[in-house]
Amino acid sequence: MTGKQTLAYKGGVAADVFKALADATRRAILDELQDRDGQSLFEICTRLTMRHGLGSTRQAVSQHLDVLEQAGLVVVRREGRYKFHHLDTGPLREITSRWPLPDEGQSP
Amino acid sequence: MIRITVTSVFVDDQSKALDFYTDVLGFVLKNDIPLGGDDRWLTVVSPASPDGVELLLEPSGHPAVGPYKAALVEDGIPATSFGVDDINAEFERLSARGVRFVQPPTDMGPVIVATLDDTCGNLIQIAQMTAAS
Repeated sequence: MTGKQTLAYKGGVAADVFKALADATRRAILDELQDRDGQSLFEICTRLTMRHGLGSTRQAVSQHLDVLEQAGLVVVRREGRYKFHHLDTGPLREITSRWPLPDEGQSP
Repeated sequence: MIRITVTSVFVDDQSKALDFYTDVLGFVLKNDIPLGGDDRWLTVVSPASPDGVELLLEPSGHPAVGPYKAALVEDGIPATSFGVDDINAEFERLSARGVRFVQPPTDMGPVIVATLDDTCGNLIQIAQMTAAS
């Protein structure tokens, strides 16, 4: 990765990730995709209502998914007539490479 | 007194739908009455209640039906929902018959649901109420 790309990433992509994570409904969506990857919009809406008591409208959930997709945390896959949402935790790795965790076994 | 006697799903092909809804899902034929053209008044019932609610396998000929069904399927929205006693057993049985599930049995608290493709342009939900409800 060149220095220029690193700078672009720090200003752009990472900011999208932080914004995407700064919302309880979007974090719940990621939790549910962690539970079962590859869900339809309907399944995500049902899980938010039944498991989290979140009465978000389908339109609101769809907008949350757009934000997560923009941040690279959700990938949309079309399969025939279906549309599935998948979790990609890859962008989170960039957080710990920017602010590394202590080494294993090392005192904090 | 008003009662629900017929409900319906739009199916791409009535003959194919009759095979799927009877041979695969397990409903039984109730009425098959010719209408205009190739269309039929085609209904099935549950073997558990032969005089109960009829499911009309309705032709999809109207131009609004195609876009309506496509939009529902894209977002994973079932056209209707059927009750089952043992959803895991149904999931195993139907999967073995080659039925495509877009959602395996999922515990939603008062109900366990799964969603399958009826091969006639619809997603169908099956649901088992849990003991707690």
